[in-house]
Amino acid sequence: MTHLLAVPIIVPALAAALLLILHRAPIVMKRAIGIGATVTFGIAVLAIFAEARSGAPLVYRLGNWPSPFGIVLVADRLSAFMLLLTASLALAVLLYAVQGWDARGKLFHPLFLFQVMGLNGAFLTGDLFNLFVFFEILLIASYGLAMEGLEVERLRATLHYAAINIAASSIFLIAVSLLYGVTGTLNMAHLAERVAEVRAEDVGLVRAGGLLLLGVFAVKAAVFPLYFWLPAAYSHALAPVAALFAIMTKVGVYAIIRVTTLIFTGGEDAVMELTAPWLLPVALTTLTLGTLGALGAQRLATMTAYLTIASVGMILTGVATGGSKGLAAALYYLAHSTLVIAVLFLVGDLLRRGRGATGDQLHPGPPLRHAAPLGLAFLFAGSTVAGIPPSSGFLGKLIILQSTMNGLSVVLIWTVILVTSVLTLAACSRAGSIVLWNYVEPDQPTHDRPPRAGEWIALAGLAGCSMGLVIFAAPVTQYADEVGTQLTSRESYIEAVLGSGSGDFVRPYAKGKVTP
Amino acid sequence: MELIMAVGIGIVTACAVYLLLRGRTFSMVLGLSMLSTAGNLFIFSMGRLRPGASPIVAAGAESYADPVPQALVLTAIVIGFGMTGFIMALAVRMHHQTGSDHVDGLDPVLERRPEHGP
Repeated sequence: MTHLLAVPIIVPALAAALLLILHRAPIVMKRAIGIGATVTFGIAVLAIFAEARSGAPLVYRLGNWPSPFGIVLVADRLSAFMLLLTASLALAVLLYAVQGWDARGKLFHPLFLFQVMGLNGAFLTGDLFNLFVFFEILLIASYGLAMEGLEVERLRATLHYAAINIAASSIFLIAVSLLYGVTGTLNMAHLAERVAEVRAEDVGLVRAGGLLLLGVFAVKAAVFPLYFWLPAAYSHALAPVAALFAIMTKVGVYAIIRVTTLIFTGGEDAVMELTAPWLLPVALTTLTLGTLGALGAQRLATMTAYLTIASVGMILTGVATGGSKGLAAALYYLAHSTLVIAVLFLVGDLLRRGRGATGDQLHPGPPLRHAAPLGLAFLFAGSTVAGIPPSSGFLGKLIILQSTMNGLSVVLIWTVILVTSVLTLAACSRAGSIVLWNYVEPDQPTHDRPPRAGEWIALAGLAGCSMGLVIFAAPVTQYADEVGTQLTSRESYIEAVLGSGSGDFVRPYAKGKVTP
Repeated sequence: MELIMAVGIGIVTACAVYLLLRGRTFSMVLGLSMLSTAGNLFIFSMGRLRPGASPIVAAGAESYADPVPQALVLTAIVIGFGMTGFIMALAVRMHHQTGSDHVDGLDPVLERRPEHGP
């Protein structure tokens, strides 16, 4: 058995622990350890990606316990894709952060690595309780990162963010234990089998558990009406932290996709029919309100935060239309939006630094010093997020529109998506023209540090990934289709985890075998 | 026993929700820790309530309790404790910086930040 699947969790964890011990070490050494660990697990992720692509999901049994009893790590195509996205984003963001941001807080590097570990773990785990644990790891690291710098505004945003997420975590626990109480298992593949054959009188309990679980994931994904924590938390965080947070909402989306395609699907009692009617209206509302928020934002970072919410709405629209096509479209858009939101946060930071006391507020400030390259960078980010051809945003929206073609609510979906695209374009044009063209002569000279070469390289890397989604659109969409196909036929996942003869086991308090 | 447990968890949860909706960080922290307590009790009861039953194999034991929720509840207690500690430290820090224990750092009654810190 290969230990490859454990590497993306163990390497960041060990490096983070080492960094905590060496917290007095010179910053150069911390940077070297941080980048070294990120590159190392990135290589492992590439290997996992190559292997998972070819066929059945890879399974790693911790401690070699047989399946429903021990904890498993599973890498199917979806997990491998998310891991690759995390690794690319983490590397680019870290490259940006080591140009100076990381010196602001002593614990930036360990917290960053713990967050990456939590992300990787959440994408890899095949166990519902383990998913909770990895969520907590990534959340507590994100609280630390979000309050880095300790300004009052940042503390307040972090307090709200932490409070809603801790409450959500308690509900997560209640949901998980409710499902355990009915089915007697926490292994997701085993749950999928047990939920399908649950007794008629227990269907209500499973439904309650499933809905609670989806509610919790909706909080993490910032879905209407549970997104109000996001704009303040994201817009007040340091730029590289906010850019890394671009993937945090996607963890919630990933969890929604995972449980709806694996656990709560099929079955005679239609356990899952409960979310289907809700998902589409909720997704479209999220998309609309996120876009309106971006249009009304007073700061560049707030606008980007609202665009994050809008992107979640867009992805969920793809998920809600269902089937392998919808999932594939959602996945393509997920990759695109994660990259472009990160680019927007970083470009926003460069613009903010060029404007002195005005910061990234959307009213006229002093003229920018590096207006041409910054303007071009913002033009790229804005047109990509709005979906102007030939950007990845255009292609992503096109694929989602195509996948909804055969649905009943096609008119509604198309109207919302097209109108919000125009509004996003308006929001970005407004922000860009105010920041870049509309200036007043400054009272005092601005002193913030100019963009550095490393920061441009990090930005170019992210932008290159985004362009790569367009240039290599055929293989990427083909891969997304393969993911969609694998997700809609869950038998391969279940068989990979449980093997052919899944072990029946007896609940200790019951006499004889329990058929749940 | 099931009834007492269920009603107890319900009452604790209701109190937690009430406290969570208050505007002061102190009641909020209290609410969060009560919510996690309610969650822990709920996990524990999901293994069914069996007094005197052993969770591990013992010679001549009549009945067994489900060991999994007991393991889960331990993890949940540890994580909940860490989170409560963190948010308490955060609330204290906010209080020091803003001089108010309101969750928004601003006293809505006075409509302004208090003049002095604590």
